[in-house]
Amino acid sequence: MNLLLAPMQQAEKLASPSVNWGSLTPLLVLLGTGLVLLVGAALSPRPWKRGMYATMTAGAAIAAGVLQFVLWSGTVHHGPKALVKDAIVVDGPSLFIGISICAALLLAALVTDNYLRREDIDSPEVYGLYLMAALGGLVMAASNDLIVLFLGLETLSIALYVLAAAHRKRIESQEAGLKYFVLGGFSSAFFLYGIALIYGATGTTKLRGTESIKTALSLVVETDKNRALLVVGVALLLVGLAFKVAAVPFHSWTPDVYQGAPTPVTGFMASAAKAAAFGALLRSVVLSMPELRDDWRPAIWVLAILTLVVGSILAVVQTNVKRMLAYSSISHAGFILVGIEAAAHGGESGNRGVASILFYVLTYAVLVSGTFAVATLVGRSGDAAHSLDSYKGLGKQRPLLALTLTVFLLAQAGVPLTSGFVAKFSVITAAADANSYAIAIIAMLSAVIGAFLYLRIIVSMFLEEGDAEGDKVAIPFGTGLAVAISAAFTLVVGFFPGWLLTLAKDAAGRLF
Amino acid sequence: MSESTSFPILTALVLTPAIGAVVVSAISKRRPELVKLAALAFSGITAAMSIWLLCTFKSGEAGMQFVSKHSWIKAWGISWNLGVDGISIFLVVLTGLLWPIALLGADAHHDEKPYAAWLLILQAGVMGSFMSQDLFLFFVFFEIVLVPMYFLIGRWGYEGRIYAATKFFLYTMVGSALMLVGLVTTALLARRDIGHMTFDIHEIATGSHFAASTGRWLFLAFAIAFAVKVPLFPLHTWLPDAHTQAPTAGSVILAGVLLKLGTYGLLRFNVFLFPEASRYFRPVLLTLSVIGILYGAVVATMQKDLKRLVAYSSVAHLGFIVLGTFAFTSSAASGSVMQMINHGVSTGALFLMVGMISERRHTREISQLKGLQKVAPIFAVVFTVVMLSSIGVPGLNGFVGEFLILIGTFLTARWWAVVAATGVILAALYLLWAYQRVFHGEPDEANKSFRELTLREGLVILPMIAAIFFCGVYPKAMLDRIEPSVKELIAHVEEKTGYQEPVPVAVPVAEHEPKEGEE
Repeated sequence: MNLLLAPMQQAEKLASPSVNWGSLTPLLVLLGTGLVLLVGAALSPRPWKRGMYATMTAGAAIAAGVLQFVLWSGTVHHGPKALVKDAIVVDGPSLFIGISICAALLLAALVTDNYLRREDIDSPEVYGLYLMAALGGLVMAASNDLIVLFLGLETLSIALYVLAAAHRKRIESQEAGLKYFVLGGFSSAFFLYGIALIYGATGTTKLRGTESIKTALSLVVETDKNRALLVVGVALLLVGLAFKVAAVPFHSWTPDVYQGAPTPVTGFMASAAKAAAFGALLRSVVLSMPELRDDWRPAIWVLAILTLVVGSILAVVQTNVKRMLAYSSISHAGFILVGIEAAAHGGESGNRGVASILFYVLTYAVLVSGTFAVATLVGRSGDAAHSLDSYKGLGKQRPLLALTLTVFLLAQAGVPLTSGFVAKFSVITAAADANSYAIAIIAMLSAVIGAFLYLRIIVSMFLEEGDAEGDKVAIPFGTGLAVAISAAFTLVVGFFPGWLLTLAKDAAGRLF
Repeated sequence: MSESTSFPILTALVLTPAIGAVVVSAISKRRPELVKLAALAFSGITAAMSIWLLCTFKSGEAGMQFVSKHSWIKAWGISWNLGVDGISIFLVVLTGLLWPIALLGADAHHDEKPYAAWLLILQAGVMGSFMSQDLFLFFVFFEIVLVPMYFLIGRWGYEGRIYAATKFFLYTMVGSALMLVGLVTTALLARRDIGHMTFDIHEIATGSHFAASTGRWLFLAFAIAFAVKVPLFPLHTWLPDAHTQAPTAGSVILAGVLLKLGTYGLLRFNVFLFPEASRYFRPVLLTLSVIGILYGAVVATMQKDLKRLVAYSSVAHLGFIVLGTFAFTSSAASGSVMQMINHGVSTGALFLMVGMISERRHTREISQLKGLQKVAPIFAVVFTVVMLSSIGVPGLNGFVGEFLILIGTFLTARWWAVVAATGVILAALYLLWAYQRVFHGEPDEANKSFRELTLREGLVILPMIAAIFFCGVYPKAMLDRIEPSVKELIAHVEEKTGYQEPVPVAVPVAEHEPKEGEE
């Protein structure tokens, strides 16, 4: 009898870590809304009212964002905490990135609504996938266990593969989905193998803040036993995450997928997926393995410089705006990697680095969502008008829209009084504070190369003669709202960045 | 630093044109006639305020006046910190006065609303740059200036405008990229000495002690940005394109105040913040400016396009200003500050008149123009005065500045001064030769119908002519305000580096001092 019961008792023990459901509500809201959308829409006899799916998604995004603010104030009073046996953390960086993802989700939902109806492919699945992807992103940013991190990564990735192929009528979209899936599968495999090696070396998959990883890491570092195993594991982890953030040389999927995917989805990928992956990179490597700093920091350094230079140079020679923006998003990833490199130094300057990453991730997420929202509009019916010529004469035809896009582009180029400038400034400050002058100078010079690309789009809109190809660009309400929100945020943060900088600094300081 | 006055006049000087830009862009499409009126009103108010500023400016005081300081980004110690002293006051006034002139003196020809709006934003940016006492704030204004200028050249310029505008933007941005890293590093390193993060240049200049090599790197980061803007040889190649392709108002403003951002920056930031490095790099900068003086003059001589000629003459003139800046004598530095204004007035006026010629004849080719003196005598007289001022003829403003620069430079850098003096002769050569080809002789068919100076054009150019004569005859009014601040700057260099300014010879301010090479 006892012999039979013993394994059962063990199983019971294993299955019941205490769960603080209250702190998981942001995740639950996204999951619940996603399920309701998918199941409810499948069961209901006729399609829901116009805009209902998008409204629910936007509502879920706002609710999840607000809940994270509530949790934020909780961390202010009671400090950061870990849940579910230290697998998930609720702390400054995770909430900050979570809010960034929710903002990206909100903007994406607003843009997608009009897009899907314009393309005549309106369906609830897309929104369900958005919500799942955002859920995965939130888990990635908050995971304190490599297995949970992998779960989040896969939830995000699989949803994105399908989203990239969501435009059923365009072969390019399906090609993008397939390409992303094959290459993404590869990178996930690398990532998983990296986890396995790290587990082999340390005997744990737990990350920062837990005693087991600390003792395991210090044991490895002191005795040099399994060190090679651990370093290779971290390297593979970096490969997987570098693929997700589109760092050179793991970027080759980006231009094709960004170009082929439905434009609102591209915007979501560039904002939410990037934010989540940087959150994961920050926690899993930078903050959890400072003992191995000397091994992985050079890798980050090389990645950052390659990403900055290659991203900005290749961006210049493109003629398709979505491809241009894909390369520009690569070079922005390079900028965030500069912040990561600074964060890797630890100490006070490291904290500054973390804050600069958080600030950059949020402002860039909003900025790039706005940019792709405008690109969605200019793409016109069929989502095909993305050549530079399609922007010709936009300044005459839609002066306000063209002006807004100019704001976004100048912000990406890092012109003052926009959020993009403050973001670049904070990253450069962090790098200079960590004495990484070379990387700071290279970053700024590549920003100049990048500026040429944004100028080309501006030239096309305002300075070149000739009428825009195709029909007049229509500006429906939802997309217009998304563009307006992004532009307002970009300018407000550009003029008065103090509050957001303080928030980012607080978040960086309130680490689990 | 003196007490701030109750009315934040400096903040108003920045905000008025900025608000003006918003108001202008809000004007309805159906009321196009209001655009120019509103733009003129706002730039007029700005001009009036800048004159009031000049009148209430206390002469004989060295420190910052009218200081307006408010915390902006606390986390980084950045503040909205504006102030003027003798070095910047006249640049601010010039900025205030040049815009109404540019708006009245040149037409947009199309899309007037965005044109006026961009011009006003440009004015706000330039104003802010000249008044910022905070590195970050300065950088913000310095960069913001690029955007309106880019659009002004790119949208309202001549045939090659897009190329010129892009070149202008990217060249300047490369410099700013280095400067950004430099200024961040400056603030971070100064924090170790001062104890808290600040971008206030006065706190940094007095409180920081950079190691010699560090200071030199930082100096370079700033100097390259400003050298592009000046432009100093060999970073000048964007200037002829930008000037030639820009619309008339753009050229006037570019020559009048925008280039001064570079020379002003060298004086205000490089010399003030990194005195040791400024002394160290002195030979390089002196040599580059002398090369610029000669090269600009020689190339200007060979130009076929009148506007390009004036553009290259700017390279030469700005070489003089940098020469005076790095001579480290108070007379040369005062001369530089004065020459910034003189060049702004006379070259601004030259561009305005070349713009009028090109408006009438639709060409700026020197070979296409002939005998204009016969058909438009008043135009020719005005052009002569402006040209003579640019050459530096005694009695006109250009002479005073160049004379002070040369005399001051002679004390500390004799041979550079000697070579630079030949530049004065060359200036006479290229300008007089161009004048001869354009204005002398019998007008041919195409030039017969050349219109005389209209009343409006005359009124626009009148203030500039007045300034040319006034500053030439009575430079003391200006120098009294400039010199205390310049002397304080030199004293700061002396204190920080142990350098001793050679005992100044009593500077003769007589206007009719005969000098080699004049005419």
